[in-house]
This record gives sequence, C-alpha cells and structure tokens, in this order.
Amino acid sequence: MAVSDSVTTANRGQTRERAAEFILKRHRMRAAEALPWLVAIAAFFIVPDRMTFGSQVLVMVMFALSLDLILGYAGIVTLGHAAFFGIGAYTVGLAAARLQWSEPISGLFAAAIAAGIVGFLTGWLLLRYRGLTLLMLTLATAIMLQETGNLRSDISGGYDGLPGLTFKPLLGIFDYDLYGHTYYLYALATLAVVFYFVRRIVYSPFGQALTGIRENVRRMHAIGSPVHWRLVTVYTIAAAIAGIAGALFTQTNAYVTLTVFDFDNSAKVMVMLILGGTGRLYGAFVGAAVYMVLEDYFSKLSPAFWQFGIGLLLVLVVLFARRGVLGLFESFGEYLAERKK
Amino acid sequence: MSAALQVEGLNRAFGALPVTRNVNLTLERGARCAVIGPNGAGKTTLVNLITGALTPHSGRVMLNGEDITTLSQADRARRGLARTFQINQLFRGLSVLENLCMTVGERDGHCNNLWRPSGSKRVVIDEALDHLESLRLTDDALKLVRELPYGRQRLVEIAIALAQKPRVLLLDEPAAGVPSSESHLILDVVAALDPDIAVLIIEHDMDVVFRFAKEIIVMVQGAVFTQGTPEEIMNNEQVRAVYLGQEGHHGGRRG
Repeated sequence: MAVSDSVTTANRGQTRERAAEFILKRHRMRAAEALPWLVAIAAFFIVPDRMTFGSQVLVMVMFALSLDLILGYAGIVTLGHAAFFGIGAYTVGLAAARLQWSEPISGLFAAAIAAGIVGFLTGWLLLRYRGLTLLMLTLATAIMLQETGNLRSDISGGYDGLPGLTFKPLLGIFDYDLYGHTYYLYALATLAVVFYFVRRIVYSPFGQALTGIRENVRRMHAIGSPVHWRLVTVYTIAAAIAGIAGALFTQTNAYVTLTVFDFDNSAKVMVMLILGGTGRLYGAFVGAAVYMVLEDYFSKLSPAFWQFGIGLLLVLVVLFARRGVLGLFESFGEYLAERKK
Repeated sequence: MSAALQVEGLNRAFGALPVTRNVNLTLERGARCAVIGPNGAGKTTLVNLITGALTPHSGRVMLNGEDITTLSQADRARRGLARTFQINQLFRGLSVLENLCMTVGERDGHCNNLWRPSGSKRVVIDEALDHLESLRLTDDALKLVRELPYGRQRLVEIAIALAQKPRVLLLDEPAAGVPSSESHLILDVVAALDPDIAVLIIEHDMDVVFRFAKEIIVMVQGAVFTQGTPEEIMNNEQVRAVYLGQEGHHGGRRG
C-alpha cells in the first residue's frame, strides 16, 4: 500500500513537472525560427537586382504582422487597418515634403506615434463593438481619413500624391541607391526590431490575455479581465506598427498617394495574413511573401487576369487549410511526429 | 459585520416582460443557499444581474457591504465575486493548464505585463496546477479543453471559479449536461467547498438541493415565491403545489 502510494505521488510529481515545463519553455526560440531571416538575408545575395521588390515584401510582412496582433491574437476583425498604414505613410511624406524633415529613422518614430495616437482614439471609441458593426466602423474610419486627405489636396497632394520625395542618408552615412540595397537592409533591420517587440508581447501574460479574449470574451469578463483596455492597448500598438510599415513604404518608394488608405490595402493585408496563417507570428512572413511573389509572377503571366490566381489560392486555403500555409506545414510536422511513434 | 452578498429590490425587464421582480436576498459569510424554480423563473437572470452581465433597472447589489451595482463585471470579479455558467464558457482552444494560468494571471494583475514571458512566473503555474490537482484534473493539464469530455470540462469551469479565490461563488447548474454517472464527481466538489465562501447554487436536482443547501429560495415568474430551510420548503404546501407538486403527479419517485 505504502509503496503504491509513493509511486503515485512520484507519478503525479512527474505529470506536474511535465505540464509546468510546457508553459515555462513555450517562449523559447526554436531553431526553425531562424529560417525566414536566413531566407531574407540570402535573397539579398541571390537576387540583388530585385531589392526594391524585396523591400516591398518586408513592408507588407510588417503590415501583416501588425494585423496578426489584433486579428490573430485578440480576434478583432477590422477592414480599416490601412488607415494606420496610411497615417504612417503620410506622416513621413508630409514631413519630408512640407517641413523638410527628411531624416528617415526619426520619421519612423514620428509615424509610429501619429498612427498610435489615432489607433488609441479610434480604438477607445470603436472597440466596444464587435462583429459586423466593428467591421463597418473600421472601414468607415479609413474612408473618412482618405476623404479628409482628398479634401485638403493642397496639403496631401490628393490622388496625385507627393511624388519625388527625398530622404537624408541613413544614420547620415548610407545613401539611397538605385537598386534599393540600402533600403532593403534598413527595412529588414526595422522588421527585426519590430518583430522582437511583437514576439515579446505575444508570449507575455498580456498576450495570453489577448488569446483569452479571442477564445471567450464572456469568460474573460467573468474572471475580472479589463477587456476593453486590453483591446485598446493592443490596437494602439498594432496601429503604431502599421504606421511604421507605412512610413517604410513611403521611404522606400520615395512617393506616396492617397491609395494607401484604399479598402484594397486593408483587404490585401488580411488576405495575406489568412494565406500565411493567423495567430502564429510567422504567418505574416509566409503570407506576405507568397502573396507578393505570386502577384509579381501572375501579373507578368497575365497582366489583366492575375488576381484570378490569388483568388483561387485563397479559396483553396480557406477551404482546405484553415490554419493557412504555415498551418499546413505544422500539420505535416505533426503527421511526421505521429508516424515516428 | 455586513453580509457577503446582499441584493435589495432588484428589478429587470426584457422589453415589456418583467424577468426579475423586486428580488431581495442575503448571503452571510459561508452561506449555502439554493435557488430553485421552474424554467423561466429568472434564476440565471438573477445570477447575471448579481455579476453585472446584465444591468438592473432598479435595486442594489452589495458585496461585503460595498455597493457594486454600477461596477463592471470585471471589477466585481476582482472584488471576489465568481460564477460558473450554465453552459461552459471556457477557452476551448487552449490547454486546461493555460485556462487556469489565465485566471490566476488576471486575478493577480500579471496580465498587465507586456514584456515578461508568461512562463517566467513559476508561482502562477504552480498555483494553477494546485487548483487542477484539487479537482483531480492534473492528468488533463496539457489537453485542450475542447478535447475533454463534457463532464471534465464542467470541472474546469469550477476550477476557474475557485482559482479566482472568491468570497462569494454563484454556481449556475454545475451538473447540467453531465451524465448522471459522472455528476457525483461535481457534486462532491461542491459539497467540499471552503466553508468560508458564501455559495449560491441554482440546481434542478432536488436530491442535491436538499443535501447541499441550508437555505432555499423558491423563485416563480421572476419573484421570490418563498424562502426557508429545506424542511420548511419541503413542508410548504404552496411550494408543493407550484413546483414540487409536479413530482407528486409522477407517482412520487422520491419515495
């Protein structure tokens, strides 16, 4: 009797320890996480003549990553995320064109702050609503910002935009080059910093609470979570990151037009994220890269008909791979692990 | 000393239909009170009004002497008011352990932290595991909630409420939906609750009610019909007619 008791106690201790380990180690870096970064660095050496395109991919990865925070983790569905991308894009655009403030890195900070402020204010107002209502309100926000820009086209440049912007050399040393090498590395470094922040947030207790809100908001209220403030906080952060992505967009293209606020832009980033897989950090990388590369390839194949290819892929993903391309890889990995057993 | 929970003159209507009519009730510290009544009597609405999921049209809710009528659900929860739901409200896509860590994390304010990895606070994990162990859920710690049988999920629901370290606990039909072969597990847990916690239970099973409760409130059509000790309720002719009487028609299954 005493023997079997001590055995069960020991077993229970082991079960406990194993369960605790899982939570204790969850946030540790895995080797596979180096892969997207290695690919991005390899691309710099393998296709050096496509670095302008590469920068656009990195900008969209960052934009999709910001959406993942609110859509993938907190479960906020928005169709107006381009609003914050646009505010960031216009912050550096207007600063360079109207105020001669063309230092790029401080421009990123300014864009993050401007987009963050708008994110905080609209989030505080709108995040009391959910579902369809929220969808329409976020969409309307982006349209209203776009129309405000259109109304004051004397400042914003309207739909002709602000062309031919020039920015100061990075850190006062590295100048813009024709192939976009400098800006590719600049965008990659910025993405790495932003990603580190997002990763910390996702694995923090706050990030867990966001997942809780996504999974069951009624339960979160019942256990005492200040749900509205959690949502406003993450919405503000996501807006600031989208603003940085928008600022990078303006800086790498050296122009910006009001189309950055387009519904198209909001929808595109959501499609990218769903393609890659929501709520899994690297889904933004896979989704944005797959989307941009396919768009590039299809549009050369058939300039009039390229969206069909993207549409077909999206249909296949939402029907047969609900967790996105990345989820497909995960399922394959789990399948292999099962077979090993 | 003021009562753990006091409800005064609570009223609520859905449109023209009054669902809670001038309800008064008092739970002393350590109370064991059952609310019974036919379907649609407004029992769950009462729980929703007390926890703040619904706003009353008039009346007051006091928790340990503090008026909490205008506070949000979350503020009430942080003051020691916990509930379980009639239908499970769990984080189905997360593991059982994560469900508990979330609760402990929100209770102690850890979830305000955006930077520290959630796994770095060993005390939170240990406490979450303690709660699971006390309900014999340790073996299921790493399983996703949605993979558990409904009866086990029901236990997680209770574990979460207990992990809030409540002073007042509202149990809305804790054994609902659980096969009778497993319901004793849940009822044992309910019977063994910390005697300091004031407990209000909504339950249909009269065996449970008479075994558990020291006081019974009978609700009919949104109002308190009568209240008293189990003996008083059992011997109350009107209650038998309105509610228990139905059982009499079925040939006195209770012997």
